[in-house]
Amino acid sequence: MSRTDFTWLIGGPQGSGVESGANIFSKVCAEMGYQIFGKREFYSNIKGEHSYFTVRICDKKINSNVNDVTLMVSFDAETIFRHYDEVVSGGGIIYDLDLEKLKTDDVHTLDEPFKERLHKELELKNKPFTIAGVLEIAKEKGVAIYPVSFKSILATLAEETENPRLKGLVRMFNVIGVALSLGLVKMPTDSLKKTIGDIFAKKPEIAKINQETANYSYNYATAKFESFNHLLTGTEKEPGTILVQGFQGTALGKMACGCRMQPYYPITPASDESVFLESNEILEVNGDRLGSTAVIQCEDEISAMGMTIGAALTGTRSSTCTSGPGFALMAEMLGWAGMNEVPIVITNYQRSGPSTGLPTRHGQDDLLFAIYAGHGDFPKIVYASGDIEESFYDTGNVFNYAEIFQVPVIHMMDKFHASSVITCKRFDPQKITINRGKLLEKVEDGYKRFAFTDDGISPRSRLGIDNGIFWNTGDESDEFGHISEDPILRVKMMDKRMSRLDLILKEIPESQLAVSFGIEDYTIISWGSAKGPILDAIDMLKKEGISIGYIQLKLMHPFPTDYVTSLLKDVKTIIDIEANQSGQLGKLFKQNVSRNIDYFILKYSGRAMTSTEVYDSLKKIVENKADKREVLMHGA
Amino acid sequence: MALKLADYKTDVHNDWCPGCGDFGIVNAIQMALAEMGVQRDKTTIFSGIGCSGKTSHFINTYGVHTLHGRVLTFAQGAKIANPEMTVIAVGGDGDGLGIGAGHFVAAGRRNVDMTYIIFDNGVYGLTKGQASPTLKLGEKTKSLPSPNTNFNVNPIGLAVASGFTFVARGYSYDIKHLKDLIIQAVNHKGLSFLDVLQPCPTYNDINTRDWYAGADLVDEAQKRHSRIYKLEEQGYDPVVHYDSVPEVNEKLSQSLIKSLEWDTKIPTGVFYKNELISPYTQRLKDKIPNYYENPPAKQNISQNGKPVTDISAILDSLQV
Repeated sequence: MSRTDFTWLIGGPQGSGVESGANIFSKVCAEMGYQIFGKREFYSNIKGEHSYFTVRICDKKINSNVNDVTLMVSFDAETIFRHYDEVVSGGGIIYDLDLEKLKTDDVHTLDEPFKERLHKELELKNKPFTIAGVLEIAKEKGVAIYPVSFKSILATLAEETENPRLKGLVRMFNVIGVALSLGLVKMPTDSLKKTIGDIFAKKPEIAKINQETANYSYNYATAKFESFNHLLTGTEKEPGTILVQGFQGTALGKMACGCRMQPYYPITPASDESVFLESNEILEVNGDRLGSTAVIQCEDEISAMGMTIGAALTGTRSSTCTSGPGFALMAEMLGWAGMNEVPIVITNYQRSGPSTGLPTRHGQDDLLFAIYAGHGDFPKIVYASGDIEESFYDTGNVFNYAEIFQVPVIHMMDKFHASSVITCKRFDPQKITINRGKLLEKVEDGYKRFAFTDDGISPRSRLGIDNGIFWNTGDESDEFGHISEDPILRVKMMDKRMSRLDLILKEIPESQLAVSFGIEDYTIISWGSAKGPILDAIDMLKKEGISIGYIQLKLMHPFPTDYVTSLLKDVKTIIDIEANQSGQLGKLFKQNVSRNIDYFILKYSGRAMTSTEVYDSLKKIVENKADKREVLMHGA
Repeated sequence: MALKLADYKTDVHNDWCPGCGDFGIVNAIQMALAEMGVQRDKTTIFSGIGCSGKTSHFINTYGVHTLHGRVLTFAQGAKIANPEMTVIAVGGDGDGLGIGAGHFVAAGRRNVDMTYIIFDNGVYGLTKGQASPTLKLGEKTKSLPSPNTNFNVNPIGLAVASGFTFVARGYSYDIKHLKDLIIQAVNHKGLSFLDVLQPCPTYNDINTRDWYAGADLVDEAQKRHSRIYKLEEQGYDPVVHYDSVPEVNEKLSQSLIKSLEWDTKIPTGVFYKNELISPYTQRLKDKIPNYYENPPAKQNISQNGKPVTDISAILDSLQV
């Protein structure tokens, strides 16, 4: 049986429905049994700038995007200019005929550096600086071109359905694009109709008009387009599959594990999580009355953090969700939480820094900052999830760590996670355990919040329970929580708090410290969302008889030095893969394991890694042709 | 067993300067708590940073000594998570109106049902007397190298403009009046703000106890005229009685005009009170019907170490 591995790209100006088009397409493919890995790219802009979505469709589990595009659909010129060269020989481009004459200079959103590169390429190939010009290059490469006038589709449809309003309804272009694509690949239509019905379930009128448009466009493609090399006719569906967006993993994890308060301040790419929590604020509880999550939009991230801590002091599982600039504002309060042994979770969806950086683009830029955030020495945990499915279960774990060890936990996610849409196994909440550590239900007389104990962890009261009075302060304090500057007590308190770091390494099971996907002469160390592209690249190399090992680090701080050292003891060549400029994990690794990284594969263009480019670099390394620092560049 | 005033005091050593106005404020808070008979373990005092930040350690309830400028954020988070607690936040004028001014304004908009008391002395005491946001432009307190170059903020006016629904001013040497104001503030349904004028005997040599008492205002009959007077004794009505724009506007503007009085006549008492604006917790209840009965801090999240929250409906909607 031939493998299906198909990548579909849709692009258009922000606000033109690229994302909902991609959602329909992804859902249809998932309904038809395919595995999906989709990713959205967009500018920091509300309307007009270029955004695009690549959806990879496969008949087996996939974890990443690839460089090659099989079919591109475009209703605007910019998408064609920016992506025509990604479509492979034998692939196809469906495009709006009305765009053909447009020149690069007609597209005001094409920025100069890109235009210069494109003009150079067109000059070299002796083509005009127009849509027709770039399409000629594609044709010569062996790409099938499917011109169609989106406007006339609408006009004909308006006539046929006696609905003149349809004629000018350019916001239907996305649905036309989706349906033309599905018609071209001969995807059965039932799932298209059903998906549109599901998506617009609350607006039957809009559902109907979209379904009619989709149906007409689909038939247009099957009737008028020449046959295409690639078909997507469906495959056997894996039972219990969900189609999930990146931010939903941590959000659903929070709901399941009992997070009941989330103050936040809006920031890309983190706020989607909070908005999703608020949209689902009322919670069903087995055998009990309804529960709820109080999602509070704050005046800034400092306030979000202060409210999170305040709520945690009442015994509520609470968290906030932010990205680099917001996390930077939280640093002082992080120290207060560490000093006062307050269990909180900060979900950190990283993006490209420094400063505002590339605010809507990907980067794993904040590992070292997270580890060192806050002045003074205090214990904290920095934990990283590799993919969306993992992030659901990890969310359950990080709340347990926070409460068991009474420390703030920074849960590292990123933009690649946040704007991916994937199929995976349905989350199982019963696989989450809830361990609240030494949280007290009843308090005896003479209570001391910061009592010295054998394991360095004091029983924890909460604001508002009988007999449980305690004091907190950001000053050094005694066992009651009152200010003390006594030098002997100071040392005891510092040692008590910091002893937590050893305890964390002792108590957290190895399987949660780091995951080994095999140890070979060449072994990758990595963290976070680089996991997907790495796994797929390793798989590609394996087919060529090349074995590469991979250790995915999850507990980033305190660093599991002994475990990682033991895993890597026989490894000859260590390759660090991550999405930042300086190889932050490499530095951390060297500091803790006292061993040099042999090769770095880094990406900091703001675009997520593809498995293709990771594969290419790994292959160069194995063939001894690589630079010590391989810098990945794919993606518009 | 009824609690006595002494039950609300800790035995933590108080290291404020002799003659500090802060003593009057902490006494008034303790007296107010005792008079209201609040349950100690259902009450939390949050405090900021500075001399006033130590207040929470002197009061025998839950006490959370937070960070500079951030006290309102901690306090609101705790109150929202556990709305049955009595929450009082305290801090200095530098804390609340300088570094914390953004939170001050945002808190007004939220109107969480709690009390915020500012210890207002015009200087940053613990850092040795720099000008605070309430010091007047051109004034030179004794440790300033040169006169103050910033215009002062008007705490009462800012509170009213930000949406605080109870705005009052007290004087730290009129403890009985201050205690009464604190009781009114705590009983108010919504966010109450109390600006307490408090001489700093060490660094503010302008707004001293004698100055407030009008030692410099001696008339021909050799009589002193205290600068401080009480609004309630002048027949001033701070209350918004009914929900109409003219009524609200009138009460807002009269409080603003009163807040501008200074120099020889300084009003204390309640400037503005409006219980027709919903507290934040009520707004939450409108979205989450059982919020008061089952707030975040009371919710049951697990049984035998397993989650009890049922997210299957959402998972069903994601299933393909």
